[in-house]
Amino acid sequence: MTVLAGFFLFPIVFMVVASLKNDHQIFADMNSFKAFLPTGDLSLANYAAVFDRVPFWRFLGNTLFVTAMVTGFGLVVNSMCGYALARMRWKGRGLVFGLIIATLILPFDTTIVPLVYLVANLPWVGFNGLTPVLELGWLNTYRVQIIPFIVNAFSIFLFAQYFKSLPKGLEEAAAIDGAGWLRTYWRIIVPLSKPVFATVAILTVVTSPATWNAYLWPLMTVQSEELRPVMVGVQYFFQLDTAWGEVMAYMTMITLPMVIVFLVFQRAFIQSIASAGMKD
Amino acid sequence: MQRRNLMKLAAASGGAALAGPALAACTTTSGGSADGELALWSQAAGSPAEVEVTEAIIKDFNGSQDTYKASFEPFPQEVYNDTVNAAALSGDLPDLLTVDGPNVPNWAWAGHLQPLDLSTELTDKFLPTVLGKFQGELYAVGHWEAACSIFARQSVLDAADVRVPTMESPWTREEFDDALQRVVADGAYQWAIDFSTADTGEWFPYAYSPFLQSFGGDLINRDTYLSAEGALNGPEALAWGQWFQGLFTSGLANVESPVGAEDFMQGKAAMAFHGNWGALAAMDLYDDMLFLPPPDFGNGPKIGGGSWQWAVTSTADTAGATSWLETAFSDEYVAEFCNQTGQIPATDAAAELTEHYGTDGDLRMLVDYSKAYAVLRPETPAYTVIASVFSQYAGNIVHGGDVQEALDAAVAEIDADIESNSGYGF
Repeated sequence: MTVLAGFFLFPIVFMVVASLKNDHQIFADMNSFKAFLPTGDLSLANYAAVFDRVPFWRFLGNTLFVTAMVTGFGLVVNSMCGYALARMRWKGRGLVFGLIIATLILPFDTTIVPLVYLVANLPWVGFNGLTPVLELGWLNTYRVQIIPFIVNAFSIFLFAQYFKSLPKGLEEAAAIDGAGWLRTYWRIIVPLSKPVFATVAILTVVTSPATWNAYLWPLMTVQSEELRPVMVGVQYFFQLDTAWGEVMAYMTMITLPMVIVFLVFQRAFIQSIASAGMKD
Repeated sequence: MQRRNLMKLAAASGGAALAGPALAACTTTSGGSADGELALWSQAAGSPAEVEVTEAIIKDFNGSQDTYKASFEPFPQEVYNDTVNAAALSGDLPDLLTVDGPNVPNWAWAGHLQPLDLSTELTDKFLPTVLGKFQGELYAVGHWEAACSIFARQSVLDAADVRVPTMESPWTREEFDDALQRVVADGAYQWAIDFSTADTGEWFPYAYSPFLQSFGGDLINRDTYLSAEGALNGPEALAWGQWFQGLFTSGLANVESPVGAEDFMQGKAAMAFHGNWGALAAMDLYDDMLFLPPPDFGNGPKIGGGSWQWAVTSTADTAGATSWLETAFSDEYVAEFCNQTGQIPATDAAAELTEHYGTDGDLRMLVDYSKAYAVLRPETPAYTVIASVFSQYAGNIVHGGDVQEALDAAVAEIDADIESNSGYGF
């Protein structure tokens, strides 16, 4: 198992080590074990060069903002939706739940083109001073990176399944005390559901096409450099002569926050993957 | 259902909370129109020098008149075409954008671009290969050209007793084959020549199809632009494919050579077929660098022509966009681009203003090669598919596949695409 773990670490070790070497050294070491060892002339020059080529802090800030918004709003909206589907009795509930689950069979990549066309023509109310102004099109904004990804069928499914497992007696007791659906959800259900909230939060950050790994969607909907996320920045290094050392430095810089998050929340990560029954 | 939910959410709840950051970011730089604003896009993100020159032109342009105000948005080159196509889909194209030369016909055919209204006095000074045309109309003009050549070292050729070719007397096929054998004869080099075969994208048609053309074949029949039959799978093409494959099967070239002529730069390959963008790095590494003309395989030496060019979109403010182009295409800016990026200037006057490409410049021969040998990739909207298909089947040839089968399959796919698109306007 340790050998296997070491094997999986090789790409990360290579990335970090290569980020300290110049391109000439990287290729010279490529065919030997030196590729994984900090040998030769090592420096932080690639890291310094990253800041010349990419507005790193801007990209990182955008990714953090969008990730926080999608995750935060997603927890609220999807949990409420899951609660309504799991515990409230209303006509068509089964059909709606089935339709939501059915959307999971459509890969995001197959719907992206019509989605781009859709968001390009969606209205929005902006303000010119204090005067509301109707605008057309969501392209090139933060909202196009956030709002379409707040509702997530898989998150709704996870919440609904978890809420179904909670004892009904708690809600009945709350109802006897005069609590409505919203109060019951907020005061009874949410405090009892921290594990599923943690699971959904982690899965959203790690797997959503709009959060840390957002690439294709912002590529197609965001034209301004001011609004781009970190993953799109990777492409800045692939000019006619690819700066491989800088690529590795940049990848190290954008991987590091996720590694730190993983180390801090390691137990929750493992639980979330186990409870979601998925590996990525 | 999921999408309906999110739209309701956007309207009912999410919108208010998100309005601040979203609207603050709503200042768009795209969308061509006649509002005095000129939006420019280019593929230069990640190339600070190129961005700097473009921004300098914009600053000068904005300061020189009050009618138009230009703004600039750079995109990463690897994903630029996808971004432009997405913008076209959503009706959000800028006024001006850069386009890779071989893509000009496709974007013109797709309706993304409009013909340029530039005087011949301005355009005549440019190399013909930087003028992006489709069906006789001019759609794009580039500041620079790129050129491939054979990277070699004087000391290596001398040691192998190999004649240094010139433009007047380039290597013949026999001489070239003999030179490849000689430079690896003493075992000092693992490979005779580095073709950077690991490069993907458009490198295969850009770099290798000129050899095919020198053999007498081509990517398509340029008389009609309706079929590749005979051009890409005829006897000349077969001869090219067998020769090219032989370089790899005989061990003269590395099937998996890294991008950027790294085998040559690492001292593993004696020579390389590489572009001018790698010339300065090679000169830094070796003090006896030679940039040799490509061999003549029977129909003259050939290299690929056409690089990134500026075009005006179909939704642009034409007068404003033309005004910007007239400013941007001064020889001084052409020279500045090339001094900053190392590319080949597109005008003679600009070449004289550069460090490397003037009459006595150490890379002057690359300008001459461009003028004498450059062949445009087929000026048809089908080129995007031709490039992809050629890359796939040339890869098969490099990896030892049956040459005739590969070429026939490539022709079948290209012809099917042209037919399914009703000839792309031809």
